Amino acid sequence: MNEHSPAHVKETAMPLGARQPGEEEKESTEMADEACARAPIGLLAELTHRCPLQCPYCSNPVELERVNTELTTQEWQDVMRQAAALGVLQIHLSGGEPTARRDLVEIVKTASECGLYTNLITAAVLLKREQLVQLKEAGLDHVQISIQDTDTRPENADRVGGYKGGSAKKKVVAGWVRELGLPLTINAPIHRHNVDNVDGIIKYAVELGADRVEIAHVQYYAWALMNRASLMPTREQFNEAAKIVEKAREDLKGIIVIDAVVPDYYAKYPKPCMGGWGRGIINVTPSGRILPCHAAESITHLEFDNIKDKPLAEIWLNGDAFQKYRGTDWMKEPCRSCPRREIDFGGCRCQAFALTGDAANTDPACSLSPLHERWAKVAEVESHEAAPEFVYRRPGGASRKPGTQKTPATSDV
Amino acid sequence: MAEGAQRVRGIVASETRPVVPAHIKLRHDPGRGRWIILAPERLFDPDEIAVEVLKLCDGQRTVADIAEHLAKEYNAPVADIKADIIEMLQDLADKGVVKV
Repeated sequence: MNEHSPAHVKETAMPLGARQPGEEEKESTEMADEACARAPIGLLAELTHRCPLQCPYCSNPVELERVNTELTTQEWQDVMRQAAALGVLQIHLSGGEPTARRDLVEIVKTASECGLYTNLITAAVLLKREQLVQLKEAGLDHVQISIQDTDTRPENADRVGGYKGGSAKKKVVAGWVRELGLPLTINAPIHRHNVDNVDGIIKYAVELGADRVEIAHVQYYAWALMNRASLMPTREQFNEAAKIVEKAREDLKGIIVIDAVVPDYYAKYPKPCMGGWGRGIINVTPSGRILPCHAAESITHLEFDNIKDKPLAEIWLNGDAFQKYRGTDWMKEPCRSCPRREIDFGGCRCQAFALTGDAANTDPACSLSPLHERWAKVAEVESHEAAPEFVYRRPGGASRKPGTQKTPATSDV
Repeated sequence: MAEGAQRVRGIVASETRPVVPAHIKLRHDPGRGRWIILAPERLFDPDEIAVEVLKLCDGQRTVADIAEHLAKEYNAPVADIKADIIEMLQDLADKGVVKV
């Protein structure tokens, strides 16, 4: 213990979604390495694909799972017990909209009793105060509320989410979360319809009492890929937003933690997607399919096991889909001999598959990919053209023509 | 947090009484044989000293009390220990792991 001693606490961000590694994470990958060698750290539980919102950048697959295929309460509770036994530490209760499940409190209670850290990822518009009280009593540890824009621009927020009155309702629910003493994160997906308001969004998160805010540029898979031309900001807009985030991090140090996710079309290196395939995160779909990543079903030749057929540990350790792109043995050049191969793991397998037809290719987000230049150009071009109408996220929505949908409208839950 | 209320950075000093808030879980992970700190979408990997300090952050003891306790336990100069833990706790306070 002296002034030259290293930091006593190392930090590891959960590799949920597709976060760009920050400085802190580069220093502290050894925790993740050791931990992941045995078990996933986090489990993303997509409890349902039902959602009252219709965000055109939804990370759910374009083919949404139907309510009659969803796991039962007992099956979800069993997933929680198996996850804890496997060594999972954090459960991210997501969807769709997780509060559309009437048994959410029971599932949280079981997860909490197993010692799992429970994180509710919600759009908040369905939540009632009484339900939040019950969730807290059941042991819920943290609430993340997504917003589309600030409360000063509710028309824009509600248009993007496809849900009238959503912006105002989210503000009310955020207030309840803080009243009940639960920690709050605000998640703000960023795109060309709100990229001019990043500073306002960060300040709004502070006003709402959030401890963390995610300035999360949209990742262009699934629904977002379909809506890319409507959503992609220009490079100049992205750079400006990045500067605002840097300044806010300094100005708001000790007040709010700001996490940023960059749009990889404007990055030099790809994201270490999910922190590496089959390495730190396990995803369970509403019907119990076990995936290495929430978008993995877009890789059409992969086959996925279901929790109804096999134990979670067996699927994690030996499942074909997990083994296929785990580690570095599957890599081709230029990844195979790249010094960054264990930093970014060749980027995103789903993006490599969607854009090159082979999931083992280098993600075109990487500047070393032979396709990178042509691909990056797409963003430059699309972001400067007029934005087409959104293809809203709703069952069957992908097959409808854009422009024929009412805006905003409310779907059934 | 009332609307419009001013939020300010908490600064760690000798008389501060730090506390680990309820949503931050300092937990021993038997599967991995180590202490971990669970936080919203974060994991922290504390060393032995950090675990000792955090166990003493109960909102009652001051930083000075904690430093004195550890100085005895580790047979080290209290001033060095205090400077070290103030730096550590400030960093953790900025990340929301302790409240001051």
